[in-house]
Amino acid sequence: MQKILSKPESLKDSVMSYCPGCGHGIIHRLVAECIDELNLREKTIAVAPVGCAVFAYDYFNFDVTEAPHGRPPAVATGIKRTNPDKFVFTYQGDGDIAAIGMAETIHAANRGENITTIFVNNANYGMTGGQMAPTTLIGQKTETSPFGRDPKRDGYPIHLCELLSSLEGTAYLERVSIYNPQNIIKAKKAIKKAFQCQIDGKGFSLVEIISNCPVDWGMTPLESIKWTEETFLKEFSLGVIKDKTNV
Amino acid sequence: MKILMKGNIALCEGAVAAGIDAYFGYPITPQNEVPAYFSKKMVELNKVFVQAESEIAAANMVLGAAATGKRTMTSTSSPGMSLKQEAISYMAALQLPALIVNVQRGGPGLGNISGSQADYFQAVKGGGHGDYRLIVLAPNSAQEMYEFAYDSFDLAEKYRIPVLILTDGMIGQMMEPVELNKTPKKDFIEKDWALTACKGREPRSIKSLLMRDGVLEKHNINLQEKYKLISQNEVQYETYNTDNAEIIVIAYGISSRIAKSAVKLARQEGIKAGLLRPKTLWPFPSEIIKSLAKDGTKLLVAELSHGQMVEDVRLAVNGKVPVEFIGKAGGGVLSEQDLLNKIKNLK
Repeated sequence: MQKILSKPESLKDSVMSYCPGCGHGIIHRLVAECIDELNLREKTIAVAPVGCAVFAYDYFNFDVTEAPHGRPPAVATGIKRTNPDKFVFTYQGDGDIAAIGMAETIHAANRGENITTIFVNNANYGMTGGQMAPTTLIGQKTETSPFGRDPKRDGYPIHLCELLSSLEGTAYLERVSIYNPQNIIKAKKAIKKAFQCQIDGKGFSLVEIISNCPVDWGMTPLESIKWTEETFLKEFSLGVIKDKTNV
Repeated sequence: MKILMKGNIALCEGAVAAGIDAYFGYPITPQNEVPAYFSKKMVELNKVFVQAESEIAAANMVLGAAATGKRTMTSTSSPGMSLKQEAISYMAALQLPALIVNVQRGGPGLGNISGSQADYFQAVKGGGHGDYRLIVLAPNSAQEMYEFAYDSFDLAEKYRIPVLILTDGMIGQMMEPVELNKTPKKDFIEKDWALTACKGREPRSIKSLLMRDGVLEKHNINLQEKYKLISQNEVQYETYNTDNAEIIVIAYGISSRIAKSAVKLARQEGIKAGLLRPKTLWPFPSEIIKSLAKDGTKLLVAELSHGQMVEDVRLAVNGKVPVEFIGKAGGGVLSEQDLLNKIKNLK
């Protein structure tokens, strides 16, 4: 029998702690495939978040450090500035990047730090049991918005790519999703392009990945995919938000 | 040759001689000379200076650089120190060496910008969450700002622990002659734990989330064993006229300078006074304090606070002799006369 598909070298042979139907496993694989294909594994120092991907260092087969909640862009700044020859990326969720860590996110982007951020947006705080996140949709029910997110009380979903796009330091911003194979292929292309952006020294790059969280959304995996396509993506439209990589 | 400079600048010179790779900071008085110095010096040295968006970010940039084994530091003053505690707790847990400097000002809250010693508890009792210690150094001159900064990186790397220099606005701002007599350090040993990317070796991770049964407990026991070792090896203090002293003043930093003058004046008046000055606030020189606390001796602790280090002195002597306190908080300094009067009252 011929082996035609292998696990990427950049993934360890470990059991992931993600819930059934969660998108993180797919995204980890895409990141690992891109690292392998760009031959970056032995140059990589990654920063894991606090959130569902907190154990990323147990899954990725390269050097990874932890960071306090929301601080990966600052930690990555410290790593990249002192090690400009290394490949540095952060992997963060919506609460980490756009609530507690918003200042670190904006300023790392504004300084044009030559790092890449993989931002997984699943519209809630997954790790802590499904509370309202900065990206939770209007009307969406969560642990802390039991009657649905009310903009009068809770404000509006934050569109991080659009927010960052006004900053001179950002070089590449794209929003993708992984709800079907066609979009998974597009997501991989975006990750690879963002990584290449760093290799070419163009500045801050970020890929926002609209992902699903069936357990905390109270749905089956199939329902969560349907909700992503029909509801989630109505709020967060996919596409390249900013691309200065050819400048 | 001695050069006249501020304590804050002497501190920077010490860090440069120690081979610092990166400085991350944020403006706050009275430590502003430090980021200003590095913003120029690091360009000349082709090393890293970043003015961060906050104290939180600056401390986390230090965490990142330290995780790759680089020599790195940040500096701040009291309100900023509160913000750095998150990253400091993580660095203690992750066992990352780094230098953090607190040029103390009056508190609580925004306080004022004069020197103070009211952050002692925060420095030696934790500051951030969890069961951890920092090595805390307390210079009392511009010369010691230079020397302690120089030594702090070796100390931090020896034990894989953040080192805190706890100084104050007066030591930081005061100009004194400094002998820049340290040999610049280079050729550092490779750190077998640092994240340098996994070329030719197994991947490494740096983490403090230890969820499996008993793993965190074991990690904490290991930390405590390290702290015990530091307590045995790294206590530093200075004694002055303590041999036959009946009244011993205990003071650190700027207060120790005033105390020394008061002790001299007391001796001129025939009072057998002496001084003990902790140079390390953690580990605390408890043993020497215990041995000085002989029957008939009185101890007097002088601080620019309403009494913080005095608690550790009382713990050290455990009721054996009286421990008196004199303090002043809110940005002012004790005068020699204040102290002399107190010494006379104890006689």
